[in-house]
Amino acid sequence: MKYQVVIGLEIHAQLLTNSKMFCSCSSKFGDAPNTNICPVCTAQPGTLPVLNSRAVELAIKTALALNCKINRESIFARKNYFYPDLPKGYQISQYDRPLAEKGWVEICSKEGESKKIGITRVHLEEDAGKNTHNEVGSYVDLNRAGAPLVEIVSEPDMSSPQEAVSYFKKLKLLLECLETCACNMEEGNLRCDANISLMPVGSKTFGTKVEIKNLNSFRFLEKAISYEVQRQTDVLNAGGTIEQETRLFDSSNDVTKSMRKKEQANDYKYFPEPDLMPLLADDDLLRKIKDSIPELPDAKKHRMMTQYLIGAYDAEVLSSNTMLASYYESVVLRTGEPKLSSNWIQTEVMRVLNEKKIEISDFCISSDSLAELIKMVKNGLINQNTAKEVFNDMLGSSKSAKEIVAEKGLSQIQDESAIEKIVTEVIEVSAEQIKQYKEGKTNVMGYLVGVVMKKSKGKANPSVVNALLKKKLG
Amino acid sequence: MSFDITKSSIPKIAVTLREKKVSSKELTEAYLKRIKTYSRLNSYITVMENEALKQAELFDKQGYKNSDSILKGIPVSLKDIFMLKGFKTTCASKMLSNHVSVYDATVTERLKNNGAVILGKNNMDEFAMGSSNEHSFYGPVLNPWNEKMVSGGSSGGSAVAVSAGLSLISYGTDTGGSVRLPASYTGICALKPTYGRVSRYGVVAFSSSLDQPGPMARNIEDLAIAYDAVAGRDVKDSTTSKTSFESVYAYLEKNIFGKQDAYSGKCIGIPKDLLKEGVSPDVLKSFEETVLELKKAGFTFKDIKLPNAKYALDVYYIINPGEASSNLARYDGIRYGYRASDFDDLKGLYKKSRTEGFGDEVKRRIALGTFVLSAGYYDAYFAKAAKVRRLIRLDFENAYKECDLVLVPTAPTTAFKIGEKTSDPLTMYLSDIFTVPVNLAGIPSLAFPVSVSSDGLPVGMQLLGKHFDEKTLFEVASVMQHKRPDWFNRVSVE
Repeated sequence: MKYQVVIGLEIHAQLLTNSKMFCSCSSKFGDAPNTNICPVCTAQPGTLPVLNSRAVELAIKTALALNCKINRESIFARKNYFYPDLPKGYQISQYDRPLAEKGWVEICSKEGESKKIGITRVHLEEDAGKNTHNEVGSYVDLNRAGAPLVEIVSEPDMSSPQEAVSYFKKLKLLLECLETCACNMEEGNLRCDANISLMPVGSKTFGTKVEIKNLNSFRFLEKAISYEVQRQTDVLNAGGTIEQETRLFDSSNDVTKSMRKKEQANDYKYFPEPDLMPLLADDDLLRKIKDSIPELPDAKKHRMMTQYLIGAYDAEVLSSNTMLASYYESVVLRTGEPKLSSNWIQTEVMRVLNEKKIEISDFCISSDSLAELIKMVKNGLINQNTAKEVFNDMLGSSKSAKEIVAEKGLSQIQDESAIEKIVTEVIEVSAEQIKQYKEGKTNVMGYLVGVVMKKSKGKANPSVVNALLKKKLG
Repeated sequence: MSFDITKSSIPKIAVTLREKKVSSKELTEAYLKRIKTYSRLNSYITVMENEALKQAELFDKQGYKNSDSILKGIPVSLKDIFMLKGFKTTCASKMLSNHVSVYDATVTERLKNNGAVILGKNNMDEFAMGSSNEHSFYGPVLNPWNEKMVSGGSSGGSAVAVSAGLSLISYGTDTGGSVRLPASYTGICALKPTYGRVSRYGVVAFSSSLDQPGPMARNIEDLAIAYDAVAGRDVKDSTTSKTSFESVYAYLEKNIFGKQDAYSGKCIGIPKDLLKEGVSPDVLKSFEETVLELKKAGFTFKDIKLPNAKYALDVYYIINPGEASSNLARYDGIRYGYRASDFDDLKGLYKKSRTEGFGDEVKRRIALGTFVLSAGYYDAYFAKAAKVRRLIRLDFENAYKECDLVLVPTAPTTAFKIGEKTSDPLTMYLSDIFTVPVNLAGIPSLAFPVSVSSDGLPVGMQLLGKHFDEKTLFEVASVMQHKRPDWFNRVSVE
């Protein structure tokens, strides 16, 4: 039997605020355990939550960028369960009236086809603390308890692990662009759960879904889904049925393992949070937030294509990272060479980033310095090959392109009479090749140019060399 | 001392303090002495003798200016549900018997800012769950009018402290009648403010959508002063109202006191249907007497209907345990409070700590609340109760189109015997039949004492008002106090 894969993702993003969701404690990552805590986030008796309005703004900003409908009145609800990292015994979340609903994002497949993935809902909630265990005992760190999260729930619109990954990547890109989340997956401020089910191809009824928790890298997400699809296929083909359950991904063996069955699932006993008033989003607030949304990647891509006349693929790559895009645009601004700049960044710069596994923000050559180098190529001061050499030198020093070219005497010979002298010398000693050329073997021209270049130690302007040779050989 | 501390009101004491005829230290010592003499009433869980005297001496040293708060140097007490930094807040539960507050409740903070001298923390029903103050880890509070009788609950310790002259005023909390019922049983005044008028920050949560702190006093002046000191917006409690608050006492002083004879023109509604069943003849008699007094004072009366009020107890015993079961989940033995000494695993730690730390009534409400919130029952119980609650609120809104306020007894009977109803929770719950609709509707209610019944026990009535219209309740109550001074300022023991 052929099965259709159905995937939906739930993504938790920690909102980029200074303080927690319901108290003024810092929401900073990595501080000593239980240093960013207060009576409210440790749930001392009698304490009450006070909503962080910055968290609300960032969540609305996120929801608007996801094309969601913002509910003018949304309700906080308590999600009740016992766990040592949950001080109140309930998490303040949103349930039947979330902040926002019914949005979508567009993803792009490898083949260049775009697809809309529906967003079911976007809601606000607080994070729990962190439990750690060692030989001596178990410990609770409440620094993270009460950190503001936005949960983004997708429709079950993805049908392959690759689509799921490109959706997750797209969300990360959006959140980075919006500056609503730090998106540092190692620090846990962007997390993903996946719901996966199979149904026979052509069926309209979804199969039983399995949830995989805490898939905190693109690679894990892809591997976990691939494994789970195979596992479910095997179960179904063997005549078995899929059990509704929650599974965990074991990254050392690339398998998923059952965590709890449906009957062991918590009854969260949701009810409206009586300590908070309904959350109201009026026109003024929405307008203010809308105005603060920067140009988003899709819009950026299309603008780059029309403004710089670069291809869809180039625009996609350059707009896929906010920092990279602004690096590119500032190089273009200084060089006036969109295509040449795009080539330089996509080949030389990206090669270095990939080799060193660093982000453009950590790249040692500033956009100004790169622009200077590209301008030297554009103005014929150095040729492309020399420029690559200079580029490599720039990586290892703090010198500018100009300084390196001057020091090494690399600047191109522009003086036609100087080049003509070399060309004449070469013609004198290349009787055989000239004969061949005149017999119609025009490809020897390349050889002759090479010899001239070599003699000039690479400094001759190749197009001048070309023109002179052609002229002399008639 | 030049006057009897048990018979004086705050305005009079404030004058005496400013005239230096008495010191706060003398007052505080006198109250501490009475607290000791009447310790058998069990109205205090913690007496802060040293701290109170230290504060009183400090205020005496600073002196009393007219610009100072009228509460400066005045001895007060707090139900043991209000956080008071550095002192225990037990909520009368074994669960919190070792719990030292790490911060001040807003009510506490405002009292401190006013210069009140806090004598101690009053006994109560465990986690404010009860109508008789028998459900306390520290034992029942005795009614000073007849020590075989209950004090009423859950703010029984506060009521008895005020009634027996063991503090001048006290603060309780009212979720379904918890300041008004004990006030009625002990012959004093109490105010359940509009929901959102007084901050709940630092008040151990019982049922968050119903809880409201409220003052208790022997007369209307003291009650107004006590209310003024704590009312108004608090940014730490998002459910407090943003509408501005103006001093009730200043208003009464300017417009009502001394002019009560000229006051009239208000229309009082009476929900006759509610009074048909379960009200004792003594209470009915007192009710009729109260109506007569008010008529003599020029008030008009109108029959009103509150068609959904009969469902109030049913609704209350769904919403209240539902919220309570969630509010009490934090007592897990992990971070503070009682922790069982031996357990096998995490679940065992939770189970044993909670089994041993909570009393029966608390467990009953947690069980009930967990049930009504459960998947599959939520719609039939909690969601439906929330709908009926809105109808009850609407009933009052409709009633207030025809009248300015409503008069009903505070309780259907006078105080009952200790132990009489503890084995029958449903009968106990009926004590709150007249108080609960007020909390469900979120409206204010002022309870005041009327004549003593044939069994020698106090009877109380309550005036119910419109949202945030406490002022009218105080106006009418001060007219009542003016007409029948014998009903007010009574001290139950010599």
